[in-house]
Amino acid sequence: MDKLKIVHNSKFFRKNGQEFCALQEANMSVADGKFVSIIGPSGCGKSTLFNIIAGLLKPSTGQVLLDGENIVGKSGSVGYMLQKDLLLPWRTILDNVILGLEIRGVSKKEARAHALPMLKRYGLKGFESHYPAELSGGMRQRAALLRTLLYDRDVILLDEPFGALDAQTRLFMQSWLLKIWSDFKKTILFVTHDIDEAIFLSDEIYVFSHRPGRIKAKVKVNLPRPRNEEALTQLTFSQLKQELLSMLKVEQEIK
Amino acid sequence: MYGNTEKIAVKQTTAAHLLKNDRAGESVLVEDESQKNRKIRVQVISGQILVGILIIGLWEWLTRLSVLDSYYWSSPGMILATGWKAATQGTLMTDLAYTSGATVIGFLCGTLIGSAIGLSFWWSSIYSKITEPYLIAFNAVPKLALAPVLVIMFGIGFNSKVILAFLMTVIVAAMAAYSGVKNVDKDLEKMLFSLGARKHHVFFKVVIPSSVPWMVSSLKINIALALAGTIVGEFISSKQGIGRMILYAGQVMDLNLVWVGVVVLSFLAIVMYLGTVGLEKWVLKNKNHE
Repeated sequence: MDKLKIVHNSKFFRKNGQEFCALQEANMSVADGKFVSIIGPSGCGKSTLFNIIAGLLKPSTGQVLLDGENIVGKSGSVGYMLQKDLLLPWRTILDNVILGLEIRGVSKKEARAHALPMLKRYGLKGFESHYPAELSGGMRQRAALLRTLLYDRDVILLDEPFGALDAQTRLFMQSWLLKIWSDFKKTILFVTHDIDEAIFLSDEIYVFSHRPGRIKAKVKVNLPRPRNEEALTQLTFSQLKQELLSMLKVEQEIK
Repeated sequence: MYGNTEKIAVKQTTAAHLLKNDRAGESVLVEDESQKNRKIRVQVISGQILVGILIIGLWEWLTRLSVLDSYYWSSPGMILATGWKAATQGTLMTDLAYTSGATVIGFLCGTLIGSAIGLSFWWSSIYSKITEPYLIAFNAVPKLALAPVLVIMFGIGFNSKVILAFLMTVIVAAMAAYSGVKNVDKDLEKMLFSLGARKHHVFFKVVIPSSVPWMVSSLKINIALALAGTIVGEFISSKQGIGRMILYAGQVMDLNLVWVGVVVLSFLAIVMYLGTVGLEKWVLKNKNHE
């Protein structure tokens, strides 16, 4: 059964009397435990779709089904991480990571005890009592992702989480994310601009097109797992990249 | 496509090590930031003290030479003597306690209630937009001009001075907190909602902490405003307080005593200012990680 199903989602806005369509008839079905990426030019409705799934925005038409249940307008049903790390600067890393647990009503002490081993295990050992400003971009992003993971939803939305990182850190973070994903068996929806990143991480890639935002292709990635950096130089990889590149190129010519 | 790789050995080094071995006989310059800062600090503080002594010395000297008329200008020596007499034989100390008490109570109430009003605007943009013009209008009212009314309303005692100090500060505090609320990062709110938060979670975990620097920024202005409110209240009508003492001294032409009052108020203002700076540091202690 599909974990997450997006059925006929459209979103129209009206501004200064002019109507425009941010998202047109999006249909997606994501199986449990899959890693699914969404690529497309900016302004293709990716963020609109994510806000709809996260329950922060209501679609004009359609439904979002999580385990068969409609979650339209219900925030907090899925984990959601934005491009900015959004760590609270006045809280230590540990206290930032437990934010979701705290909101759920878990006592601070208990939440800290639960989170500490995770910080140690996933590369933030020794930084738990540091403040966000003292950490590098990659570390902050890791803390933000652990915060989302500790919130413990089956589906996690990642909106360009590595967009602001340099190439080397980005590569490291991708492997780190794959490790976490296989440890926690979550279903991940991942937005990116980076084709390499999408192929390296995903089981399936949805290609979005420019305004009005709609899904124009769904591509399966048949690279074996577990993957490491060597996958980046394989033939299958470059063929897939070629295919996706040409799809996005057509896109730009239309524009 | 394969280039030649040349490995370069890297060794750790210290200034002392360099001097002993490779660069014997040369001098090695080690930048010491903390020593530099210390030196600047000493220079600044001694400079500040020197300027103070110079001003007071010049004042004393000019009045002694009768360049300045000491009847009007008094002199540091005479102010000290009159002040000492007022403190030991007169009511200077109780007046001081009265004025500072009214100021601090008015300031604290004004800041707390004002901040609460400002923060409450986060809950509803309709409510805040309806209220905002009235807040600005009330801020524009010269509150000191209302002093006679307030003294009649609340009596010539302590209460009317506290109310004046309160009115002087409450709107400034409310506007500062409101600016803080308006500047809360919308994405932080979004992030919290995505973690299943309700509105009160967002308010206590994000809105209040991120507004703190804004609220704190108004403290220094507010303490001076509160003091001005209290003094004006005492000028209008009072049985105690430094303001009353100054008014009384002026009426009996005891200009030395007026100067004592002015100097004491200046010191009170400085002490209170330093107090708010301390309060600010204490409040921001956990916020300085940005």
